Amino acid sequence: MVDKPINQKAWLLVLPVFVIVAFSAIIPLMAVVNYSVQDIFNMSQPGFFVGTEWYREILQNDRLQDAFLRQLLFSFVILLVQVPLGIAVALAMPTRGFWVSLCLVLLAMPMLIPFNVVGTIWQIFAREDIGLLGRWVNELGIDYNYTADTFDAWLTVVVMDVWHWTSLIVLLCYAGLVSIPDAYYQAAKIDGASRWAVFRYIQLPKMQNVLMIGILLRFMDSFMIFAEPFVLTGGGPGNATTFLSIYLANLLQASEFGPMSAFSIVYFLIILLFSWLFYTVLTRMGKGT
Amino acid sequence: MARIELHELAHSYKPRPQGQEDYALKRMHHVWEDGKAYALLGPSGCGKSTMLNIISGLLAPSEGQVLFDGEDVTRRRPEQRNIAQVFQFPVIYDTMTVYDNLAFPLRNRRVAESEVHARVTEVAEMLEVGDLLRRRGVGLTADQKQKISMGRGLVRADVAAILLDEPLTVIDPHLKFLIRRKLKQIHERYNHTMVYVTHDQVEALTFADEVVVFHEGVAVQMGSPQDLFEAPAHTFVGYFIGSPGMNVLPCELEGGHAVAGDLRVPLDNAVIGAARQRQAQKLELGIRPEFVQLSHKPAPGAVAGRVQQVDDLGNFAIVAVQVGEQRLFVKIPEHQTVHSEAVYLGFPPHWTRLYADDWLVQA
Repeated sequence: MVDKPINQKAWLLVLPVFVIVAFSAIIPLMAVVNYSVQDIFNMSQPGFFVGTEWYREILQNDRLQDAFLRQLLFSFVILLVQVPLGIAVALAMPTRGFWVSLCLVLLAMPMLIPFNVVGTIWQIFAREDIGLLGRWVNELGIDYNYTADTFDAWLTVVVMDVWHWTSLIVLLCYAGLVSIPDAYYQAAKIDGASRWAVFRYIQLPKMQNVLMIGILLRFMDSFMIFAEPFVLTGGGPGNATTFLSIYLANLLQASEFGPMSAFSIVYFLIILLFSWLFYTVLTRMGKGT
Repeated sequence: MARIELHELAHSYKPRPQGQEDYALKRMHHVWEDGKAYALLGPSGCGKSTMLNIISGLLAPSEGQVLFDGEDVTRRRPEQRNIAQVFQFPVIYDTMTVYDNLAFPLRNRRVAESEVHARVTEVAEMLEVGDLLRRRGVGLTADQKQKISMGRGLVRADVAAILLDEPLTVIDPHLKFLIRRKLKQIHERYNHTMVYVTHDQVEALTFADEVVVFHEGVAVQMGSPQDLFEAPAHTFVGYFIGSPGMNVLPCELEGGHAVAGDLRVPLDNAVIGAARQRQAQKLELGIRPEFVQLSHKPAPGAVAGRVQQVDDLGNFAIVAVQVGEQRLFVKIPEHQTVHSEAVYLGFPPHWTRLYADDWLVQA
């Protein structure tokens, strides 16, 4: 064994990282922590310390619990639709030739549109009076109105998110698929493998890593979704599409800094927890234990 | 097990081939006898993998038919042909255990599980991978993976032929020998028809009963290792097989002799006659470095040259000799020494071949 040299100057080399992380993450977060334990009436006067009161209030709030369950359901539905759909589209894509670039460009398009613009597009597109889609659906004799009906509102938000973000899953899966050497498919043919077996034993394992990243990203993004439903439904009808972030924005508008900060911390911890859970479960699956 | 016949087969990767040069595999007729081991030898891009993929059904030929035991299988899909194929890079189903990998081709064909178990156990024992059966495909070494790829071909009892496409490319040199020996054992035990594609002449010559040398989409020679060595049918075979390859030098015919500068080699009259009949553009003499006689004294028919370089390889030495414009190689046994630059090279007529437009002239 070689003794490692001890040189305390090495700390200087990691110092810039500490500084960057401090300014980009820790200090802003601490500001929120600071607010969450104080009662502030007015920004110009010092608040007074209230301990965990805001946290207790937030966690016992019915409307927030509803928003939380709504949020979970939304993320769950989104993943349930986007993951299989994304895989299916990736499998159907051509692997070489002119059509590849065309498909990739078309798929990337929705992801390039700013979030609130997506909301605006769908807000108009799905309107039952002047929207191309809304009008057309009503013409077919189906009663559809996303501003009045809970189910219609949910459907529109889900379809909008599917339209906006399925491409991400497609692109990630496609990247996994094109990295599979031809020999695998040839060997599978000779082994007499069915289409399903080829998917299950060749394509899925090769897509697994990128798919895991895709699921994580889609989960986190959908759990934090704000601009699109805010523009589209404003959280309505009633509270039907009030997700966590929309609830948070409502608190901000009401200048309730204490509860808002306490809630932000809780929100952050929830996302951290779920992401960790997903990551752990999926990497375990990868190792096959 | 089957006798494989390639009937007037040709293949082009272009949809509408214009001329000969558009064909990756030029028109050929070929028979692989049942139970023999063949090697397809040639440089990269010469059409040998194309041919293999046509036999296994991964590729449909542009022209001609593939017959197994006289039965036309040209339009059959790979899984209907009972062919096993091993690829250059080992294919292993990562998420399955080794056992499941070996069982995969049988389970796909709905073989009873008791039969599957018996076959997998037998093949695993023969390939000496019995202790790996419970392991997953991930994390096996390249040679283990390649053995299991082979095993997936061998588990099927009814397999007509085993095709191997440069299977030792990714194997460590010291393990190549072991796997090659394993392949020979398998061949001796089951008598499958085996076709082994390689660009390594040592692999080809040690593995096969018969070697087919490919050059630019044409099978230029099929024969035993001895045939290829002693009587290459094409200058390419002479050049490609042997290390160093055959010495080839341009010549002319004068009476009963082939003449190249000061060199005069008497040839068989029948050979000379056949060469004249061909009216070839280009005549060449070919002789293996092993057969050139090197001496320090002039001899009748021998040609003078200057030694450029001597590479001592232990049990023999390779001497590079400049003769006129040409550089020739001579292989000399270890007891012979080169003690001066001036040497004389003799060409024994018995080992000297005549080539007209690159093809061997035979009596």
